[in-house]
Amino acid sequence: MEINDVILKTVTKIIVFIILTFGIELFLSGHHEPGGGFIGGLVLSSAFVLLYLVHDIETVHNGIPFDFKKIAAFGVFLAVGSGILSVLFGTKFLGQGSRVFDLPIFGETEISSVIVFEAGVALTVVGVVVTIILSISEDV
Amino acid sequence: MMNNFLVMPMVAPLVTGIILIFLRSNVLLQRILAMISIVLTAGAGVYILNRIQLDGILRLDFGGWMPPYGILFVADSFATLLVLTSTVVTGIVLLYSFASTARAEEKMFYYPFIFFLLAGVNGSFLTGDIFNLFVCFEVMLLSSYALITLGGRKVQLVESIKYISINVLSSWFFLLAIAYLYGTVGTLNMAHLSVRVAEVGQGPLLTVISLIFLIVFSLKAGLLLYFWLPGSYSAPPTAVAALFGALLTKVGIYAMFRVFTLIFYHEPGVTHTLIAIMAILTMVGGSIGALAFQDIRQIVSYNVIISVGFILIGLVVSTDSAFQGAVYYLIHDMISKALLFLLAGTMIYLTGKSKIAEMSGLIRNYPLIGWLFFITMLAIAGIPPLSGFIGKVLIGQGAIEAKAYVLLGVGFISSIFVLYSLLRIFLNSFWGETIISEDEERPLKRGMAIPVLLLGILTVVLGFGPELLAPYVSDAANTLANPDVYIEAVMNGKD
Repeated sequence: MEINDVILKTVTKIIVFIILTFGIELFLSGHHEPGGGFIGGLVLSSAFVLLYLVHDIETVHNGIPFDFKKIAAFGVFLAVGSGILSVLFGTKFLGQGSRVFDLPIFGETEISSVIVFEAGVALTVVGVVVTIILSISEDV
Repeated sequence: MMNNFLVMPMVAPLVTGIILIFLRSNVLLQRILAMISIVLTAGAGVYILNRIQLDGILRLDFGGWMPPYGILFVADSFATLLVLTSTVVTGIVLLYSFASTARAEEKMFYYPFIFFLLAGVNGSFLTGDIFNLFVCFEVMLLSSYALITLGGRKVQLVESIKYISINVLSSWFFLLAIAYLYGTVGTLNMAHLSVRVAEVGQGPLLTVISLIFLIVFSLKAGLLLYFWLPGSYSAPPTAVAALFGALLTKVGIYAMFRVFTLIFYHEPGVTHTLIAIMAILTMVGGSIGALAFQDIRQIVSYNVIISVGFILIGLVVSTDSAFQGAVYYLIHDMISKALLFLLAGTMIYLTGKSKIAEMSGLIRNYPLIGWLFFITMLAIAGIPPLSGFIGKVLIGQGAIEAKAYVLLGVGFISSIFVLYSLLRIFLNSFWGETIISEDEERPLKRGMAIPVLLLGILTVVLGFGPELLAPYVSDAANTLANPDVYIEAVMNGKD
């Protein structure tokens, strides 16, 4: 049975971008303010879950042809890898550093190496949440 | 001096697990990488163990955050001996699963989950932060949830529901206990906890908190609260069951030793007496279970329970020789329980039956398995010169020193029950009329025989050469008996 959900689909098209933007904003603000990889990842994955709810699984898969299990694995790899990388730079495991860069548009911006670790966390959260939701939906 | 290599026993399995996820369809490559990673991890374990003898207890502050503020790994001889043993046992069980696991399961992330399990186990041994201990427990448990259900047979699903609910409950209690402890003394670093608890005195409130920890670890270790264990450990495939039987309960025992020798050692009248009562009841209950059942997997699972009770005698009496005995016995128990589970699984694979009365005369068909079972039986019962002997003698000696004669008596009587329960399997299944004729005989795969043989050799080596381990074990016992050594290394030691 085809449900007539034009309103939902139209609203989703805009909402998804707002959610994604907000997720990235949360992710980036995490260094000094509330936010970070975990929360950012949760918000990002809620955007994907919304897409899966509104459209069917196949349509979304055509648009986003990733295996979310592998995204989760890649996220963990990034997080652990950033820890190992810090060993290669001669600091302690999971050691981090930061430096202020003068970027063209943003002006003086502090960029910390912890962003790699946080990106790993965010990808893991996205991968795991979407995988859980998909496996539950497959059972029904 | 950088101690970054301390993180190897946890990170190497973790990274291997992740890489194996991407190699899902290439089983051969997964196997090769798995073995390389095990060798590297075990090598790191040996290196750390020897460094500890030179430089004392080592620690690594993650990201350079000094204790007590940051998370850290602390390697003392006790933890590292267990890390090394778990890694070696996991490696041998992996070899066995190359031959025993179905191809479909190997592609369903079987090896990654085993490596995540190993990462959780090694992390639990090495961590010096009680919240990080909780996290490592969860890593280990989550992988075990996946492994127990992998294959999806009905009995696995039934048992996994019990297993998961009991473990979720105990994890929740664990979190609760940590929250109470943090609320009371305001720190999570184990060495710092010890200092703070000693400063304020272990009053009734802190003793109650320690009892919550006792409940949590008893559930994990199968001390008295073992009702879930025999079912859960007999459901999964042989290799997974062997890994569970060898490693998971030992992590609970390790946590109990750590917490009750380092942090809550001020009120032995309450905590240690309670552990003593629980240990006695565990040994009695385990012995009854080991004799009551006909199913070989159940008998083997109850043998795990008996040994949990026995090892905790070492914690209760808390003398130097008892600690040494407990360390020896833990190492022995990891190896011999893995061996016992693999043997039981192999017998079931060869005959297709799991009741001991349905098998007979197997020693004529499979002499190797028969004699290995015989050796294992003697080792677990503690007959010299096999591996269980030295641990039992030292724990017994400690019990005599502390005048704990009831514990001593129950401990040694339980050994007789262990011997009898395994002898019953031996008499029923290996002796007697051979019922499998030579043409019906299912050939023993070489891939199954070799790992079992390796574990058998390990028990014999451990039995004949406890002197090889003696310096490490006495150092481990020394740290357990004198918490100040550990605290000094964490709070003031060079890094």
